[in-house]
Amino acid sequence: MSSNDLHGYKKTLSSPYSGVKGWIDSRLPLIRMMEAEYLKFPVPKSLNYFWSFGGIAMFCLIGLILSGIFLGMHYKPSAEDAFNSVERIMRDVQFGWLVRYLHMNLASFFFIAVYIHIFRALYFGSYKAPRELVFIFGMLMFLLMMGTAFLGYTLPWGQMSYWGATVITNLFSAIPVVGDAILLTLLGDFTVSDATVNRFYVLHWLLAFAIVGLVVFHVITLHMTGSNNPSGMEPQNWDETLSFHPYMTIKDTKAMVLFFIVVAFVLFFFPNIMGHSDNYIRANSMVTPAHIVPEWYFLPFYAILRAIPDKLGGVLAMFGSIAVLFILPWLDTSKVRSCLYRPIWRICVLLFALDFFILMYMGAKPASDIYVLISRIGTAYWFLFFLVLAPLVGYLETPRQPLTISNFLRDKKALT
Amino acid sequence: MSENNKPRRDFIKLASMTLGGVGAASLVVPFISTMQPGKDALALASTEIDLSPIPEGQSLTVIWRGKPVFIKHRMTDEIQSAKEINLDDLIDIQDDSARVLQDKWLVVLGVCTHLGCVPLGQKTTDNKGDFGGWFCPCHGSHYDTSGRIRKGPAPKNLEVPPYVFLTDNRIKIG
Repeated sequence: MSSNDLHGYKKTLSSPYSGVKGWIDSRLPLIRMMEAEYLKFPVPKSLNYFWSFGGIAMFCLIGLILSGIFLGMHYKPSAEDAFNSVERIMRDVQFGWLVRYLHMNLASFFFIAVYIHIFRALYFGSYKAPRELVFIFGMLMFLLMMGTAFLGYTLPWGQMSYWGATVITNLFSAIPVVGDAILLTLLGDFTVSDATVNRFYVLHWLLAFAIVGLVVFHVITLHMTGSNNPSGMEPQNWDETLSFHPYMTIKDTKAMVLFFIVVAFVLFFFPNIMGHSDNYIRANSMVTPAHIVPEWYFLPFYAILRAIPDKLGGVLAMFGSIAVLFILPWLDTSKVRSCLYRPIWRICVLLFALDFFILMYMGAKPASDIYVLISRIGTAYWFLFFLVLAPLVGYLETPRQPLTISNFLRDKKALT
Repeated sequence: MSENNKPRRDFIKLASMTLGGVGAASLVVPFISTMQPGKDALALASTEIDLSPIPEGQSLTVIWRGKPVFIKHRMTDEIQSAKEINLDDLIDIQDDSARVLQDKWLVVLGVCTHLGCVPLGQKTTDNKGDFGGWFCPCHGSHYDTSGRIRKGPAPKNLEVPPYVFLTDNRIKIG
């Protein structure tokens, strides 16, 4: 082979397929890719149902985008029309109530799926080398998700929309020197106003599609390393793996059917259970509701914000509580991934999950003395968990570890 | 390309990349400017208010620039409690005389300096907080009868908007 040919640069036109499939695949190698990455993709055979929540989250996202497209055909993003156009969707647009309730509730269930997905990553150590970037892309999506949810919650222009938007955008005014300029740039007026709801509508769409883009990166990085599994060990040979299709496709389908039965139950019987009745009152810039609460999925972070008695300090703690997640892969010093083999860290992670729920409860309560005190303890544990326990426990504990996935499955069988 | 051409090439590369970069970056100015409040919102609307219908001890809420403005007709004991406090006890130190033009009229923006909620205390039945002024229900900030922050997460006193007395019973805000 001479040094003058294009070997290595020129893509091969030959395809493993023939006919129309082969003609397309040799020009657009998507069929080849899908087969390698999904149909024949090897995953550890020890995966449990926690591993279905990534796929479930993706279907929530697809459902949100679909329902969003149809809502967008009727919604009017202005202070004058927004509230009435949502009411029109609920009353006059055929099946509008269904599409809107679907959009509303899927947002909540998207968070439920993602919180379980993140817990899975923490408990089984999926964030550790070589999967740091998978985790970081995941966290970026989580951030964008929170942004998208906040922007979307403003759009119906009810009382909670309006005052939630006021409180959250005012967080930026805590930033020294440039805070007020940032606030004006965000709002486009001196208060949450017509200009604000218009741009929030555009940004709501933009961030939603940014999440779709990040899903691609999340999956590419995941498929470079392959999935983690409950044992935390890497598969050593083909015998310790199963092909994604049909084994995982059928397992994930079962999990999804069960999950979406719950979604349907809430959607048809309790569509407003995760919302707030004050949001059915049109926005009034002169009256703040007596008790402002964010949507349930923001409550733990809201509790952290209120736990700090200083404006800037509270804002920093709230953003910091998410920032620490990004550096977790480097804070955790243990080489062992799975909590099943880390007796001390396992307790720390379970306490962290409990802490999350305690903070969630505190965030929904008024900011009075006893609740603030408990919020402070909860906030302290949140940061202790990441900044002290994660580095320290790795040194203190003696982990046990199965040598291979096969050993893990044999031990598990012996137990049951 | 001969060796002594290299510095010239590097210079052209650097200069063209810089020019292109600055040109593209300068687009930020118009784009970000469109996000600022427009000229209609900036036009400083002023509002004139007749104070005569407000009896002593009661308050009125008016709108200025889309924000609520609290006008409080203070009673003698409220004026006294605002004046006779130890300034060192305050979070944002400001004497009552610096916050009013006439002692019996307090004019402040009804926007909590914490995160922008409208504090309670305008109605006689409202919770006025521990210091007899206003109480913000969002995160529990207490303001006194001079609109100064006394307890809670808010960092500053309620803002005093620019206003003048046109006559004894008429003010113009803005």
